[in-house]
Amino acid sequence: MAAQPKPHASALLDREKIDNAPEEHAHVAPIPWLGVVGIVPALDAANVNARPPATASSTARKTTTTTATATAPTTTPTTATAPTTATVKTTATATASPPVTLSPARTGILAAFRKRFPKKKRPGSGIPARTVIQSLVWVRRISQILFFAVFMYFLFQTGFRGSFAAKADTAVRLPLPVEAFLLADPFVAAMTVLSTHTIYRGLLWSVGLLGLTLVFGRVFCGWICPFGTLHHFFGWILPSTKGRGGHRVEANKTHSYQRVKYYLMYAFLLAGVAGSAVGGLFDPICIAVRSIGLGVIPAAQYLTGRGLGAMQDIHSRPLQSAADHTQDYLAQTVWQSHQFYFHQTWFIVFLLVAVLFANRFIPRFWCRVLCPLGAFLGIFSRFAIFGMEKDHSKCTDCNLCLVNCQGADSPQGGVKWRQDECHMCMNCETACPEDVIKFKFLPNRKSTVVVPDTQRRTLLATAAAGAAFIPVARIADSLDVNYHPKVIRPPGAVEERAFLERCIRCAECMKVCPNNALHPAFLEAGIEGIWTPILIARIGYCENSCVLCGQVCPTGAIQKITEKEKLGQGVPPIKIGTAFYDHGRCLPWSMQTPCIVCEEFCPTSPKAIWVEEVDAEVRDDKPGPNGEQPAMKKVHLQRPHVDPNLCIGCGACEKVCPVQDQPAVYITSVGETRSKTNVILLENTNYNQKS
Amino acid sequence: MLTRVGAAAGVLAGSGMLGRAVWDKGGFGASESTAPRQVRDYRVKGATKDVAEIAVARGKAKDGEPALTAEVLVRRAVDAMGGMGRFVSRGDVVVVKPNIGWDRMPIHAANTNPDVVGAVIQLAFEAGAKKVVVADGSCNDPNRCFQRSGIWRKAYSLGAEVVLPAEHRFRTTRMRGEILDEWPIFTTLVDADKVINVPVAKHHNLAKYTAAMKNWYGVLGGRRNRLHQNIDVSIADLANFMCPSLVVVDAMRVLVRNGPQGGNIDDTKVMSTIIATADQVAADAYGCTLIGQHRDNLPYLKMGHERGLGTMFWENLRMKEV
Repeated sequence: MAAQPKPHASALLDREKIDNAPEEHAHVAPIPWLGVVGIVPALDAANVNARPPATASSTARKTTTTTATATAPTTTPTTATAPTTATVKTTATATASPPVTLSPARTGILAAFRKRFPKKKRPGSGIPARTVIQSLVWVRRISQILFFAVFMYFLFQTGFRGSFAAKADTAVRLPLPVEAFLLADPFVAAMTVLSTHTIYRGLLWSVGLLGLTLVFGRVFCGWICPFGTLHHFFGWILPSTKGRGGHRVEANKTHSYQRVKYYLMYAFLLAGVAGSAVGGLFDPICIAVRSIGLGVIPAAQYLTGRGLGAMQDIHSRPLQSAADHTQDYLAQTVWQSHQFYFHQTWFIVFLLVAVLFANRFIPRFWCRVLCPLGAFLGIFSRFAIFGMEKDHSKCTDCNLCLVNCQGADSPQGGVKWRQDECHMCMNCETACPEDVIKFKFLPNRKSTVVVPDTQRRTLLATAAAGAAFIPVARIADSLDVNYHPKVIRPPGAVEERAFLERCIRCAECMKVCPNNALHPAFLEAGIEGIWTPILIARIGYCENSCVLCGQVCPTGAIQKITEKEKLGQGVPPIKIGTAFYDHGRCLPWSMQTPCIVCEEFCPTSPKAIWVEEVDAEVRDDKPGPNGEQPAMKKVHLQRPHVDPNLCIGCGACEKVCPVQDQPAVYITSVGETRSKTNVILLENTNYNQKS
Repeated sequence: MLTRVGAAAGVLAGSGMLGRAVWDKGGFGASESTAPRQVRDYRVKGATKDVAEIAVARGKAKDGEPALTAEVLVRRAVDAMGGMGRFVSRGDVVVVKPNIGWDRMPIHAANTNPDVVGAVIQLAFEAGAKKVVVADGSCNDPNRCFQRSGIWRKAYSLGAEVVLPAEHRFRTTRMRGEILDEWPIFTTLVDADKVINVPVAKHHNLAKYTAAMKNWYGVLGGRRNRLHQNIDVSIADLANFMCPSLVVVDAMRVLVRNGPQGGNIDDTKVMSTIIATADQVAADAYGCTLIGQHRDNLPYLKMGHERGLGTMFWENLRMKEV
């Protein structure tokens, strides 16, 4: 013991026993550069460079490790030795095959390949990870790529592209459950259960994901979550020069800031109790759909359109046709045939870029620090029957487990594993050369912390803040009339209070809208209504026979209405607002110019816009002889009017009005079916009607 | 020292040359105004005395007889015009331009009947067309219009290529019309050997009647809502720009009120009529009588007539009713 230069976890082993039991170690390949078997010095940056631990930083780090190892294993020292040897024995039989050696039979290309790319030698004792774990890591990588691909594919398919196979009377629906990731999201389910006391249709799938967590812990974070995969990728591709070696190991240790996500989660759940699903702002799936669907994809389309558009200027037929075909293909698979725009998405994209860039400073910053879904699953992972078992006595403090640790869940020896933080990526067991880490079913929990390390006071305070935010936001204005007349909710949306109880701001409705009519609100719907959907008719109107936004809404904020309900066949049609004329800007009204494009586009039958035939006087455009006033002449005009009983507020008139900047006909939310208070006409003020 | 001076001089010379190369001397758009006027004339020559100049096929149900199908009527009308072989040569790329403007089903008669479109495609293929392209610039969401009009399915099943209006398919073209000067044009519709206009005859609240000439609105992109301020001149300008090889007007079911979008089956009337002609002005002048309109009420017909695009006095043409 005294011969060892530095104390570390392995120093706690009984030296005598190791020395007197050489056959136990016979299977272990000697460490290449030392030629010895058994205890090796910790593999730290300082040791690799064979520097004495003289510098201030390294000694400081050393002392922290020392204290960690000194405190943690005190729980196990006496009991550890006997089971340890037992484990060593089992490992001996399990990993009987020595590390791969080049057999002389391997010749030719393979040998040359091996010579060129020699297999990396595992450091330390060099005990290879179990084959099942090695393959599981690859299975995990494939699963991540696959789920990310499925997520992106669903996002690409969130939009109606029509079909040559469909009959004229086939109802227009999406063939795929494109909102599946949101339906499987238990945080969304929990929020809406707390706010509405019911679980909406497909959200029941989230129980399945909860079940998965109860068996395997947070496998969702490490294996499935598309946003997690994105962060995994950026954490790998983006680390700064400081994010290597010791810095990286340090960054991947558990930090107290990881508690923040639990506080956020409790705040959002309490906001749910207070009647708002505002937590969707922070749900990772919602963020992924919102920022990729509304930001990244349209931006990529813009850029591609510009690039391929420039190719049209090259006078080469094959090039032009290739560009055309590329655009056609992309429009049919990735995006739509016309450019989509989304109101103030720059902010949504900015936040995405910011949170991705944060990986440079804290790897997987989002997953570790902010993700409320991860926190929610973390709470439930305490019941998981699959987990990690550590054998501290074999740990050499090489910290290799920490190099690629995703969850910062303390896989290293000397401290307890944090099950609630672990993403189950299995990188630690793959990296461990000392056979310390083992993932198994029903592990002993001697060195496991299962409960999140939150502080009660902070937790209570943040949860209370979450609950308090909702009334504070709500008393800022009355919800009986919308905050802004332009807060026009999608067709089938429920009454505003119920809407805020349900809307998770996932942006599925905005993505699917074929006319680019739905947009994320900023402050139009109040501070609480940020990124809830509103219809901006100037950019796109509500297509009369379309019910796709309700189809993809995972929480029922927009109900799954049918075409019959929307068009009003047998029932009153669903109105989302009412159109109004600005006579001062309308061509036939104030400029004596024929127009009525609004009437042409009005989709109701009979039309809500009707025209009055008038003969009006208009001044000639040339002055008379001798500089007299221009003569007056008669023109026949059709002046449009709105019938508020028939108008459904679709906004087609506003969209097509040729008065480009501020249209002469516009819709506001008044008269919307969902509200019993935001109405004009007496006959619609029926408190018995279903809203 | 020499290398540094040389490098600086090189960069200066390079930027000077680049600047000269891309120098926009006249300011924005100065060079474009000289672009030649573009016209797409697909008319075919060589009409003989024995073929009709306008053919009308009627197939109204009589006592004991079922109404004739659109396929039969289209074939009869085109045969009276001398057959499709007169208009389509072997190996031609033929564009069929129906009206797929609205998100309405065939029963609403706001879009061309898919059976009529199908019959025209069939005839074009029989005449030896290499490729038949069906396209239109819709008013509503194109995907929905193409699917719910039934034309997509019909055209696809016959082997025609269906092209939906995508932004990149539009190019600014100089038409030099009276009010339509430069406008984005749906290139798919104008890049062809032959163009067959297959409009639907229907009521239009502003233009009063719409079929052949007004159907060319579908080649326009951009904000075409402004054209309504002078709808007659813009229709005439478009008809100036696009002269089709053949016009086949679908009046199988006609929207007689609440056009052009309709939406109510009660507003439609079954007429089981197909008009085939090479004269788009005559097609509209005759067609408007179906909904009780007269050529004198439609200024765009007069403009078309005066510009020599055709005649609005269809009585003077050799007419065959079959």
